[in-house]
Amino acid sequence: MQASDGLKSMVRSPTERIIDFYPAKEIDLKILVPVKRVIDYNIKVRVKADNTGVDLANVKMAMNPFDEIAIEEALRLKEAGVASEVVAISCGVTACQETLRTAMALGADRGILVETDVELQPLAVAKLLKAIALNESPQLIILGKQAIDDDANQTGQMLAALMGWSQATFASKVVVDASAGSVTVTREVDGGSETLTLTLPAIVTTDLRLNEPRYATLPNIMKAKKKPLDVIKPEILGIDVIPRLTTLKVTDPAPRSAGVKVANVAELIHKLKNEAKVIA
Amino acid sequence: MSILVIAEHDNLTLKVATRNAIAAAAKINITLATEIHVLVAGVACGDVAQQAAAVAGVAKVIVADAAHYGDQTAENLAALIVAQAGGHTHILAAATSNGKNILPRVAALLDVAQISDIIAVLDVDTFVRPIYAGNALATVKSADSVKVITVRTTGFDAVEASGGSAIIENIQASPDLGQAKLVSRELTKSARPELAAAKIIVSGGRGMGSGENYHKVLEPLADKLGAAMGASRAAVDAGFVSNDYQVGQTGKIVAPQLYIAIGISGAIQHLAGMKDSKVIVAINKDPDAPIFQVADYGLVADLFQAVPELVAAL
Repeated sequence: MQASDGLKSMVRSPTERIIDFYPAKEIDLKILVPVKRVIDYNIKVRVKADNTGVDLANVKMAMNPFDEIAIEEALRLKEAGVASEVVAISCGVTACQETLRTAMALGADRGILVETDVELQPLAVAKLLKAIALNESPQLIILGKQAIDDDANQTGQMLAALMGWSQATFASKVVVDASAGSVTVTREVDGGSETLTLTLPAIVTTDLRLNEPRYATLPNIMKAKKKPLDVIKPEILGIDVIPRLTTLKVTDPAPRSAGVKVANVAELIHKLKNEAKVIA
Repeated sequence: MSILVIAEHDNLTLKVATRNAIAAAAKINITLATEIHVLVAGVACGDVAQQAAAVAGVAKVIVADAAHYGDQTAENLAALIVAQAGGHTHILAAATSNGKNILPRVAALLDVAQISDIIAVLDVDTFVRPIYAGNALATVKSADSVKVITVRTTGFDAVEASGGSAIIENIQASPDLGQAKLVSRELTKSARPELAAAKIIVSGGRGMGSGENYHKVLEPLADKLGAAMGASRAAVDAGFVSNDYQVGQTGKIVAPQLYIAIGISGAIQHLAGMKDSKVIVAINKDPDAPIFQVADYGLVADLFQAVPELVAAL
């Protein structure tokens, strides 16, 4: 990295050198935020009677909650003058346009839909996002750490791998230093937290406590309808999106039956010692 | 061809979660009848290699000892694992924050899917994994040449830490990519058992009212029972305790012998993280709290009276 940076500094144009005197105008940090349309998190999912999947007919859909956090973080970076543009991307069916409109109502500048009816798995999504990223040249891509439907927790890491970028998953704090070309991210890990500094461009995936997403206001919802939304087909990007995993069946988990109510602490201890035998 | 399991460790100790992942590898190996290899990448991690070599069922421990593996950054680890991928039909890691961070990167570099969070092995290519926060279980079959898998530790009982006598092979480290640098690490220090591996967990929710109450009321109970301490998302969001206490869909998935939920209402996301516990006890003053629908023993009571009473009687 250092070698190529050195090379770049040697061949910089005179205008670039002038810009160095006006650091406030130097901001050219574009952020991409992929968003997924999923079942609303308040809805109780039902497994279909034929065990082919989960019933999504006439069910309320919404933006994946972790993606809302990703959009919010990107918007805050833009409002702080760190980022220049926030572009929301979604991959999937036509109705994902609604999710992109939501992102734009929250404040994203424009939207891109990679439209397909094919079931998209994380590797395919990462490949589609890579194709978009190569075209858009963002410095930062912020994704939700996982989608609440397939709970895969893969796309961000896979995109980082395909781009050859560094990654900071499960972020609880993001600080961009555009002039140093780096981002410092605090991550939630099993034993506590850790802080990493990554060279830009980089990938960040959001955890729950990164921020509290805003709500879209009615005027902004109206404004979002006029923001640009491009629709692209995966074939044009030349990406094979055929699923690698076949879902053979989807079933209900074994139900856990409600137990008994105990009258008092003494009865509880008695049951734990003599019936459940989990304490001595 | 063999099965590769990625060791989870802190350069000193092999984490129990690795032995859960090895248990899943052993299930796969019932049909394959090949060898299970463990990759230990770290710095000055000789002790970990010794511990891994002693684990039951492990045939070979591959050790990459270099400074740039010390912090377990995903970029360097993934590059190393990909370099070692040849000759392996399956690459497994525990679905810990580390495993989840690194393995999708490996899968993408190998151009294969990752199968996340498996809870059962049905065949060499067919696995069961929870979706929708555990409200449904998907049986998935992989068509890829290499299966890259993260293992939900609660789905597989850890294999024995001893009984094995694997050979240890040192390998060349891959070059340092230098993309990510660890600045600091703040790990919660506790004399209590680790949440993910504890036999008993005492967990507190919003009903605790404050961080002070959480510690004052629950610690004596955890001390009496030798239990780990957990929390609901509500308690973490309210700032009672730090994020690493969180049990639930997006926190830790636990399945202890005994889970005591105190002042926890039982949101679906919390239940996703603990409903496989053997015995669940709920103490809550709201008789309609959803937690009672999964509890083996429910006590409708004010926790500030019931818990001290419980401590006194144990």
